[in-house]
Amino acid sequence: MPAPIRLRELIRTIRTARTQAEEREMIQKECAAIRSSFREEDNTYRCRNVAKLLYMHMLGYPAHFGQLECLKLIASQKFTDKRIGYLGAMLLLDERQDVHLLMTNCIKNDLNHSTQYVQGLALCTLGCMGSSEMCRDLAGEVEKLLKTSNSYLRKKAALCAVHVIRKVPELMEMFLPATKNLLNEKNHGVLHTSVVLLTEMCERSPDMLAHFRKLVPQLVRILKNLIMSGYSPEHDVSGISDPFLQVRILRLLRILGRNDDDSSEAMNDILAQVATNTETSKNVGNAILYETVLTIMDIKSESGLRVLAINILGRFLLNNDKNIRYVALTSLLKTVQTDHNAVQRHRSTIVDCLKDLDVSIKRRAMELSFALVNGNNVRGMMKELLYFLDSCEPEFKADCASGIFLAAEKYAPSKRWHIDTIMRVLTTAGSYVRDDAVPNLIQLITNSVEMHAYTVQRLYKAILGDYSQQPLVQVASWCIGEYGDLLVSGQCEEEEPIQVTEDEVLDILESVLISNMSASVTRGYALTAIMKLSTRFTCTVNRIKKVVSIYGSSIDVELQQRAVEYNALFKKYDHMRPALLERMPVMEKVTTNGPAEIVQTNGETETAVLETKPPPSGLQPANQANDLLDLLGGSDITPVIPTAPTSKPATAGGELLDLLGDLNLTGSPVSAPAPQIAQPPFLLDGLTTQPLFNDIAAGIPSITAYNKNGLKIDFTFERSNTNPSVTVITIQASNSTELEMTDFVFQAAVPKTFQLQLLSPSSSVIPAFNSGTITQVIKVLNPQKQQLRMRIKLTYNHKGSAMQDLAEVNNFPPQSWQ
Amino acid sequence: MIHFILLFSRQGKLRLQKWYTTLPDKEKKKIIREIIQIILSRNQKTSSFVDWKDLKLVYKRYASLYFCCAIEDQDNELLTLEVVHRYVELLDRYFGNVCELDIIFNFEKAYFILDEFIIGGEVQETSKKTAVKAIEDSDMLQETVEEYMNKPAF
Repeated sequence: MPAPIRLRELIRTIRTARTQAEEREMIQKECAAIRSSFREEDNTYRCRNVAKLLYMHMLGYPAHFGQLECLKLIASQKFTDKRIGYLGAMLLLDERQDVHLLMTNCIKNDLNHSTQYVQGLALCTLGCMGSSEMCRDLAGEVEKLLKTSNSYLRKKAALCAVHVIRKVPELMEMFLPATKNLLNEKNHGVLHTSVVLLTEMCERSPDMLAHFRKLVPQLVRILKNLIMSGYSPEHDVSGISDPFLQVRILRLLRILGRNDDDSSEAMNDILAQVATNTETSKNVGNAILYETVLTIMDIKSESGLRVLAINILGRFLLNNDKNIRYVALTSLLKTVQTDHNAVQRHRSTIVDCLKDLDVSIKRRAMELSFALVNGNNVRGMMKELLYFLDSCEPEFKADCASGIFLAAEKYAPSKRWHIDTIMRVLTTAGSYVRDDAVPNLIQLITNSVEMHAYTVQRLYKAILGDYSQQPLVQVASWCIGEYGDLLVSGQCEEEEPIQVTEDEVLDILESVLISNMSASVTRGYALTAIMKLSTRFTCTVNRIKKVVSIYGSSIDVELQQRAVEYNALFKKYDHMRPALLERMPVMEKVTTNGPAEIVQTNGETETAVLETKPPPSGLQPANQANDLLDLLGGSDITPVIPTAPTSKPATAGGELLDLLGDLNLTGSPVSAPAPQIAQPPFLLDGLTTQPLFNDIAAGIPSITAYNKNGLKIDFTFERSNTNPSVTVITIQASNSTELEMTDFVFQAAVPKTFQLQLLSPSSSVIPAFNSGTITQVIKVLNPQKQQLRMRIKLTYNHKGSAMQDLAEVNNFPPQSWQ
Repeated sequence: MIHFILLFSRQGKLRLQKWYTTLPDKEKKKIIREIIQIILSRNQKTSSFVDWKDLKLVYKRYASLYFCCAIEDQDNELLTLEVVHRYVELLDRYFGNVCELDIIFNFEKAYFILDEFIIGGEVQETSKKTAVKAIEDSDMLQETVEEYMNKPAF
């Protein structure tokens, strides 16, 4: 058999391949040759073959059949073999491979080899990718080498120890004695790796941290020597002596000085020295300054030093180098909470960074800007941020919009300014505004009672030209529905009132309804708004009635349901209509998500407080509406209109109705939660346990569908007299064991003649000892009135293991389907 | 610590990959593809740092090769640029005016040099002289069928 071709030869050949297919062919041919060579157990060329295999692995081809060969190479006596063998091990034999552990013995032997370069190979391999078991087995050897006087090995042993500690933190203690005089070394390699080792130990263990605090003076001395010593060619980088070591020492000092006055004081001078004397013309100097600043800000430094640090950051901000600016913004973001006033001084530079071309810089500048907004600068800052919102990349718009809303809410100097700002955001970035912003804004507008006329006028004008931005249109529709009367009566005080007729208002709302650009949710808003105007407008009630009745046969189930209900309001419940469609009362100030909770004065002495004037008493809802609110629970912001009984007769083939509004094919398991029809907070949310029909067929007995291993699932039923094809099942899952069940997922499948819709469950955790339940609603459409049968699948985690069960439910009471 | 180091050409071909964390092969391939795409699409006017998942990517282009390191949140980005630069300097010292072809044809040497500079994602030697000497001494130890010292053994 001819000698296998050389590595460089192979590389050259493969590079001549003109297509991927040609390359693949060459590789396959060579792999076959290599495989047969491996089978022949050829010692001479094993090294060459594995090297070629590693090259092909880098190109993306599989190389696992070379794993054992790497082991053989490692075990060989030849250094060339070992070198390639260990390289192969690092590339192919990570801890996820079965044969990984077979390396342990070889590595152990090589750690004790007579040649330091072999020992080095073993240390390197162990330190880069040794598994926990391997680390446990070999930690003793590493510890021994940590105490050797050979600096070549000592530095590698130190980093190996770092890896061992990362993999098996319990072993940290055993390296403690060896660290005793690590810092006495003159060799920079050993010093550097020792500092890394000490850092790792201090970060992981508060005891170690306390123990090593005594090293602060020594570290300070080493750092001082580095700075003061003259030119040392071996470690010099652009005039600075061993910047790598300097930075690591600064980082260790940071950890040691944190929360400790004495240590912080001991390092004050050296930090000031580094901060003032380091050359800033090259990147390397700035790297050291950067680390110094981070250290100063994190320890208990005196205020003079902190000001020095922030000023360095300020200078960084003005640097031409983008990297420096980036780093400055990152650091400022970290310190803005603690040194707010100092950072405020650099506000204008930060705001300028909003216009930078680099995406990461822009993002940080944006975050920092929001952190710096306060009552004093809110007008100016908002102008800049709104301009930024206009021109920034789409990936920022959502965050920026949310940030502006938050800041505006906290620091708005006036209600009008607040509304204007919101309008501006909705019109410039309307499609990026988060979904939760819409109800928040609606609440805000409701509570700004004296601004209603102004708000509705501005919103009307905004969507007149363009009604494609959904959040804007939603808010506008809602407002027009609520305050349409103010709009047509031209009551605006804040600006020139516009002349609008009732028909014009209805025109725009109908356009929204018809438009292809409108989302289903938006259409819902528009329809409800039109309905509400029936009590606020005087001349166009017939038009409204017509619109409402048209949508009673809409394909969109949501719209259809609303329209049908509103129609019923007109026909059968006209006496209730005015009360039901009354003006919204002022809502309780619900805190917005998250940060609003944190009290942040952002550098001012008085906090700007948004005043909510008490609502004029004339707007208080009548008693009936009040009762409605009470009946349906107070947590909802909006009063819920109860669904009128569905008077729509079940048409032939009730499937046309697609009552369950879902794409699920029968017979296939439906995974919970099924895609829910997006329901804005107006109509009843399927998650509540409210009865869905007003004329419930009474007295359907509930059943226990499943009861095993402590998990019990009960079914309760509801059916409507007027629409008997639909059965609504509410499942309740309870857990009688002593440990909770988590990640609970309920799935159900029904025979072909049925249709199934699963709504979202109340949670995925069933607490133990029957102390709580998960509820979930299932809607079943059974137009052929067949006997109800169901197969259910339950998956959950219990007592640390994953559980799964399939069951059939056959004991449905006849009243639930007949 | 450095989580991984990637070297790739302007056409997106991988020239070196060093991983200091354990990941499935498939995952590694996916990450490589993703990162190469991110970095190749950045223009000249951007900084050398990219936020990626919970890591920071620090990259620099030297002639036709991109050098990319993924570091953790608490690592110093500016210093990492110096680390990358130091590695290039070591390659340069060893190969003499190193170019991409050197790394392609002698990829195993590039790994050996890297392993004398960085272990477990941390720098082990801050002296250029010492690092290069260690490699040259190791080269001397290699048994060869043809007794060439500088030429590769295979």
